[in-house]
Amino acid sequence: MMESYCFMSLDPATVRRIARLARIGIDESDVPALQGELNGILGWVEQLNEVDVEGVTPMVGTGHAALRTRPDVVTDGNCREAVLSNAPDAVGPFYTVPKVVE
Amino acid sequence: MSLTELTIADAAAGLRARKFSAAELVGAHNAAIAALNPRLNAYITTTSDAALQAAAVADEALGKGEAKPLTGIPLGIKDLFCTKGVRTTAASNILKNFVPPYESTVTANLLRDGAVFVGKTNLDEFAMGSANITSAFGPVENPWKRRGDDAALVPGGSSGGSAAAVAAGLAMGATGTDTGGSIRQPAAYCGIVGLKPTYGRCSRFGTIAYASSLDQAGPMARTVRDCAILLQSMAGFDARDSTSVNCDVPDYSVAIGRSLKGLKVGIPAEYRAEGLSAEIEAAWQQGINWLKDAGCEIVDVSLPHTKYGLATYYIVAPAECSSNLARYDGLRFGERVPGDTLDAMYEATRRAGFGPEVRRRIMMGTYVLSAGYYDAYYLKAQKVRSLIRRDFTESFQQVDVLLTPTAPTPAFAQGEQSDDPVQMYLNDIFTVPASMAGMPAMSVPVGLGTTGLPLGLQLIGRPFDEETLLAAGSALEAAAGFTHRPALRAEVVK
Repeated sequence: MMESYCFMSLDPATVRRIARLARIGIDESDVPALQGELNGILGWVEQLNEVDVEGVTPMVGTGHAALRTRPDVVTDGNCREAVLSNAPDAVGPFYTVPKVVE
Repeated sequence: MSLTELTIADAAAGLRARKFSAAELVGAHNAAIAALNPRLNAYITTTSDAALQAAAVADEALGKGEAKPLTGIPLGIKDLFCTKGVRTTAASNILKNFVPPYESTVTANLLRDGAVFVGKTNLDEFAMGSANITSAFGPVENPWKRRGDDAALVPGGSSGGSAAAVAAGLAMGATGTDTGGSIRQPAAYCGIVGLKPTYGRCSRFGTIAYASSLDQAGPMARTVRDCAILLQSMAGFDARDSTSVNCDVPDYSVAIGRSLKGLKVGIPAEYRAEGLSAEIEAAWQQGINWLKDAGCEIVDVSLPHTKYGLATYYIVAPAECSSNLARYDGLRFGERVPGDTLDAMYEATRRAGFGPEVRRRIMMGTYVLSAGYYDAYYLKAQKVRSLIRRDFTESFQQVDVLLTPTAPTPAFAQGEQSDDPVQMYLNDIFTVPASMAGMPAMSVPVGLGTTGLPLGLQLIGRPFDEETLLAAGSALEAAAGFTHRPALRAEVVK
């Protein structure tokens, strides 16, 4: 069954765009292999187009229980050193990042 | 019997009777790890010294008659559970130096009940894999061998280190996590029992997330009873996990050996799939006969959307993974690779930090969630997921539990099946549907195949009815009398 969003294979520009959206650096030489692998997976999941989902509600979570609410109160804190203990480049009580404003 | 061959139930009784001390029990496991881990690579990090200290505390408690359910029992912890002060890597380079400042709820529950952790077990990177070959810390070797063949086999994945450690006697039990089969499939490949509880039964707090609507922690051990003992400790409501379900945890041990008279067992036609090996089909038929002999009524059922489970999974799980793994940006924790700009730093960090399978799944997820494709892929997959769940819900109006194979083949060799991602994904064809529906499921070893490798059968139950899994699983276990042990194990390799 063909549908309006029938499978179109990813071109190299799309592979580069996805990598950029995902903030994963790739080399130009990575593109052909990634393109082949992603197209292989996307081609395979196309089988879902056989399934009639007319009127079916999308499943979000497993529905075993409704999401709970809780009082909007502080339940944790005062652990700055623990929080910063894994920071790759903490300075004093701060995280540091590369300069982002020229 | 060697201390590394005991069950948890027997070891707990032996400790209470002072037949041996916790120090001896833990020491035997430390020695086994020292002897075998260099080959099996089942542990990424071992905590022998801390384990001996914990054993001394356990012996003191035992001496005072204050033993708890798991006092002095050496366990392996999948390196996806945050353990306070002990490096937790998710088998990824991006977390290779991450030391959590807090404890996951599941491991805190085990510690509360007296368990001793001997190390952090290897896994596929971020739990993404079916053969434990994507770990940044190297592959795990399955302790089992094909008859007359020394080829290194995979232990399955992603909880492959936990499965190999338990099978080889490097732990009495272990924690695993299961997103699409990551407890059950390695349990089947390594000849042990693995139980994926109902989604919401065990807290996800402090477990490094892969696909949050699917991830569920569970026990892996050499017997059904030992899994029940571990689950008793791991399960329970936790306010810190928004999807934890607040319902009572029953006494699971009562289910072991419970009568199965009149229990209705469904046999889903769709699991007689293409690629199912003859030896596994035979084991399945044997399992059906055993349950019939135990008084069960066998009912043919249909789960028509079974074949779409995997394709649905490989949209939903990468989508959630791309979102969950966005947090690894090199800023607050984890490794950082410098760059000239913030984006260049992100890109260099994530390229160096993630292996190929993780990068592939993040990119797949990014694509299916991207503008213009969300409805075609993600929304569609969520709708098919509803149909998969409906199949289970309808079949559980007819039957109490389902019996299927756990995996289409026994363990395969390292290097086999790894070139094509889709081929690798097919290992999870029988385990993914229960994950998609959030149902509890368990793999039980029932025999050896033609090449001498263990074969597992899967039981799938109603939500929060782990007891029926344990009851039927213990019947299969008793009928199978599975006492086979792998070639590489602590008892024989000194």
